[in-house]
Amino acid sequence: MSLPDPRTDQHRYISNASQDVGEMLEVIGIDDIERLFDTIPGDVKLTELLNIPGPWSEIESRRWFRALAAKNLTAADHVSFLGGGAYLHYQPACIDQLLLRAEFLTSYTPYQPEVSQGTLQSIFEYQTHQCLLTGLDVANASLYDGSTGLCEAVLLAERVVRNRTKVVIAKSVHPQYTETVRTYVQNLGYEIVEVGWTNDGRIDTAALRDACTSDVFAVAIQSPNFLGVIEDYDTIAQIADAAGAVKIAVIAEATSLGILTPPGAHGFDIAVGEGQAWGVPTQYGGPFVGFMVVKDALKRHMPGRLVGETVDVDGKRAYVLTLATREQHIRRGKATSNICTNEALIALAANMYLSLMGKEGLREVGQQCLSKAAYLRGALQKVGSVILPFSGPVYNEFVVRTPFPAAEILADLEHAKILGGIPLGQFYDGHDNEFLVAVTELHTREHLDQFVAALTAAISRERR
Amino acid sequence: MTTQLIFEHSKRGRRGYRLPALDVPETTELPSSLMRDEIADEVEVSEVDVIRHFTRLSKLNVSIDAGLYPLGSCTMKHNPRLNEEIARTPGFALSHPLQPDHQVQGNLALLWHIERTLMEIFGMPRVTLQPVAGAHGELTGILMVHKALAKTGNARKYILIPDSAHGTNPASAAFAGYQIKELKSNSRGTVDIDTLAAAVTEDVAALMITVPNTLGVFETDIKKFADILHEKGAYLYCDGANLNSFVGIARPGDMGIDVIHSNLHKTFSTPHGGGGPGAGPVGVSQKLVPFLPTPTVEQREDGTYYLDHGHPDSIGRVRAFNGNFNVLVRALTYMRSMGPDGLRRIAQIAVLNANYIRARLRGSYHLPYDAPSLHEVVFSDKLQTAKDVHTLDIAKRLMDYGFHPPTIYFPLIVAGALMIEPTESEPKEELDAFCDAMIAIAKECEERPELVRSAPHTTPVRRLDEARAARQPVLRWKK
Amino acid sequence: MTPEDNRYAKSHEYVHPEAEGDIVVIGITDYAQKELGDVVFVELPQVGSELEQGDEFGSIESVKAVSELFSPVSGEVVEVNEALTDKPELVNTDPYGDGWMMKMRLSTPEEVDEMMTAEEYDEYVEKESAH
Repeated sequence: MSLPDPRTDQHRYISNASQDVGEMLEVIGIDDIERLFDTIPGDVKLTELLNIPGPWSEIESRRWFRALAAKNLTAADHVSFLGGGAYLHYQPACIDQLLLRAEFLTSYTPYQPEVSQGTLQSIFEYQTHQCLLTGLDVANASLYDGSTGLCEAVLLAERVVRNRTKVVIAKSVHPQYTETVRTYVQNLGYEIVEVGWTNDGRIDTAALRDACTSDVFAVAIQSPNFLGVIEDYDTIAQIADAAGAVKIAVIAEATSLGILTPPGAHGFDIAVGEGQAWGVPTQYGGPFVGFMVVKDALKRHMPGRLVGETVDVDGKRAYVLTLATREQHIRRGKATSNICTNEALIALAANMYLSLMGKEGLREVGQQCLSKAAYLRGALQKVGSVILPFSGPVYNEFVVRTPFPAAEILADLEHAKILGGIPLGQFYDGHDNEFLVAVTELHTREHLDQFVAALTAAISRERR
Repeated sequence: MTTQLIFEHSKRGRRGYRLPALDVPETTELPSSLMRDEIADEVEVSEVDVIRHFTRLSKLNVSIDAGLYPLGSCTMKHNPRLNEEIARTPGFALSHPLQPDHQVQGNLALLWHIERTLMEIFGMPRVTLQPVAGAHGELTGILMVHKALAKTGNARKYILIPDSAHGTNPASAAFAGYQIKELKSNSRGTVDIDTLAAAVTEDVAALMITVPNTLGVFETDIKKFADILHEKGAYLYCDGANLNSFVGIARPGDMGIDVIHSNLHKTFSTPHGGGGPGAGPVGVSQKLVPFLPTPTVEQREDGTYYLDHGHPDSIGRVRAFNGNFNVLVRALTYMRSMGPDGLRRIAQIAVLNANYIRARLRGSYHLPYDAPSLHEVVFSDKLQTAKDVHTLDIAKRLMDYGFHPPTIYFPLIVAGALMIEPTESEPKEELDAFCDAMIAIAKECEERPELVRSAPHTTPVRRLDEARAARQPVLRWKK
Repeated sequence: MTPEDNRYAKSHEYVHPEAEGDIVVIGITDYAQKELGDVVFVELPQVGSELEQGDEFGSIESVKAVSELFSPVSGEVVEVNEALTDKPELVNTDPYGDGWMMKMRLSTPEEVDEMMTAEEYDEYVEKESAH
């Protein structure tokens, strides 16, 4: 049997209608569009339509999707202190407007440089921003996100330091990043050694020293780490160097690079991280943008695309994808990574953000985050029963402990229209009474005072 | 027009932003050793500078909104703007990935619905939404195969991959811990059943195959491939890059396929954005369900949704958070706009459009494989090389006619390949204009080969010195 | 012209005997460099590496291709051509001269005798390109 002909109502995303189809079939020399599918065996062909909803008009779609979105509680109508690798920062209005330009939004990977200079030049600029911010030499065109970026960094390190089997990852690296690394390397024969923290929330350097044996090819730490604490790059670099391991710095809060000393200034070989904080919406976790910047000596081991400068036949400056022999479309099974599609449009957004904010703005965002977090910490220290368990220096995020389960405290805050933080117990055993609080330039003093008042009230309510 | 870099627009004292004045005391709490100096050479520009700069840059690109973009295997179709609007709904855009389930019931419902829709399209019992690109999906799929086999005591050694495959296939298989064995294509450009049968030993974990393949030719024996593999305990992996050619016509699950990834930025219209973001959900057969990445999205009897972390045999998570959620929002918007009839119609018209080009260009260009093809058609430069004009030249000359070139020199089994995929979006007039241009170029190759060899002539820049870029790489701006 | 004092391998490397002793110079042929196109990078082995005949000793890259390099003879690498780091194009412009890749001390000199002469190599290339 054959399916009924497509309905007479023409679909809005398809131009060719029945008259076009008839003319085209005539040129092809067949009389029925179904004949084009003769190579698909009859026994796998569907005899009826898929059982899915639609087609919907824009009116129906708006109604349904908006109703779904309305079921979420978000920063749209709450004051949010959520961080943990996804931060709510200021998004300059012009970025989204520019991203909607069709020439950026609807173009492909710039394989044909003569008609893709816009994308190519923007990537070159993005690469330059990354180098300036991290203090390292060569940045790629983007990776999926921070977690897969760390995976790529670990794989890169192993290619450089051959014949070693262990990678040391701080326990205070974003736990979902480490989980992702576990998935990626599960069949490659590497061992992941985790190193915990001390009372200040910084990595336990004595334990790190013990872990850095001669079979370790890389040491990966995050700063500010998942507890919000800023690590001491120099000490960690010294320990890793003694073992001859590649030093990987993870940055999950990218705006921190505007004010904190960058890993490249402390001898780190690879900076890898999440660029979402550069004005990208948190959008339930994606799309984000992973960045990776390495020392010059590692550039031929880099995963992903790289844009380089050259000239055209008239001597005019131009940009092109380069060092492509590292990549899967040429080196196939021996490529430095399997990545093809990356996060180009989000990298473009990051380029725009970094350009708009510029030298002054990046520092000012950093300074505001730092100051507002310090203000909130100061206020919380005065609240009875609230403990800030880690004494190390922080940027814009920190751990709060109360005598009560974090989930209960946060439920109380939710009633006060505050998304108060991220319970730590889901990541670390024995931390059920702790949660992570992130502060950014978007918070006003009033928001911070509200948080303190709501937390104070929640604690006294729990006491009763 | 030479376009300056944003760094070259920079002038001391300019500013592109304003923040509210700091309303708490400025802290000096941190030790100075943790603070950085001024970011030397960072930009100082106004908002006007930024908007002018990026608007000018954008004009150096061509795009699908401006016309046919016939890159084979890339499915450059129309990107509906409703998708963009819906993805920007604050309830989605401002939701946070670590919110507890009860706060994000809308998101979880959306994930649940797109999974159900993909399950129906694939004909498979479950789909993971975590992978954010095709290659990411491939890695995820092969890791699942590895884990499933390892559980039976032997993960095996090899993945079979036809010589016509995308480079991501062997790369993903290698990162999942396998060695690659390449299968030679036959004279139709497909895989011979005997070649496959001989290659499937007890050491083979899976066949990774693109359906239809990169020539656009459907593997008619696909069900028999599945039988051969399954008999030996191996799996059939389908690269779904070309799903646009048979969506709604046939289902991978009904073909015996165990794993398929689909590039939502191809078949389901999410914009390519100059190279991403994408999404690469992976559908699996029943045997592989226990190995899906965690968490999965589940529905309770009361209709509420939750993230389920409790899958002891899972390969683990393949990315932090919940995949490229806002790409999934766009894709589901598209699926709903099309509906069951519309999805079937896109396959029909995409295949019609490709075959129309095939019919019109036949004779002007050599067709190395004559087997009937679906959504794309691969020509070669064999008729033009006599005049010392090659595929690259033809591609560059097309730019002068206002078209983006097809994919070139791929698949590797065709010397001088020109791989054309028009998609269902293109109206007949656009296809005719493209074919007229291709035919005119074929004529130029005969009459004025130098004109083609030196193309493009009208683009913002002309041919680049790619050797120079690679020999002494300049990968960033320096003052 | 294919130099007559060299010997050639099917994988398109040449071996050039130095005036004295058991040291040979190794590179790729003119035919090979033409097939590759613009060479942009050459990866060479560490001095001191021991290679067996047929071992991969490095790789050579053009803009859009990469090929492995195979040692046509066995022995120890005594010198590599550092000039190729900055000027990989020497392989294109002067494959038999400044574009050489490495020098080896032979452990099995007879291997050289078994390689093709210039005349044999020219014939071999002619057949291969007709293919």
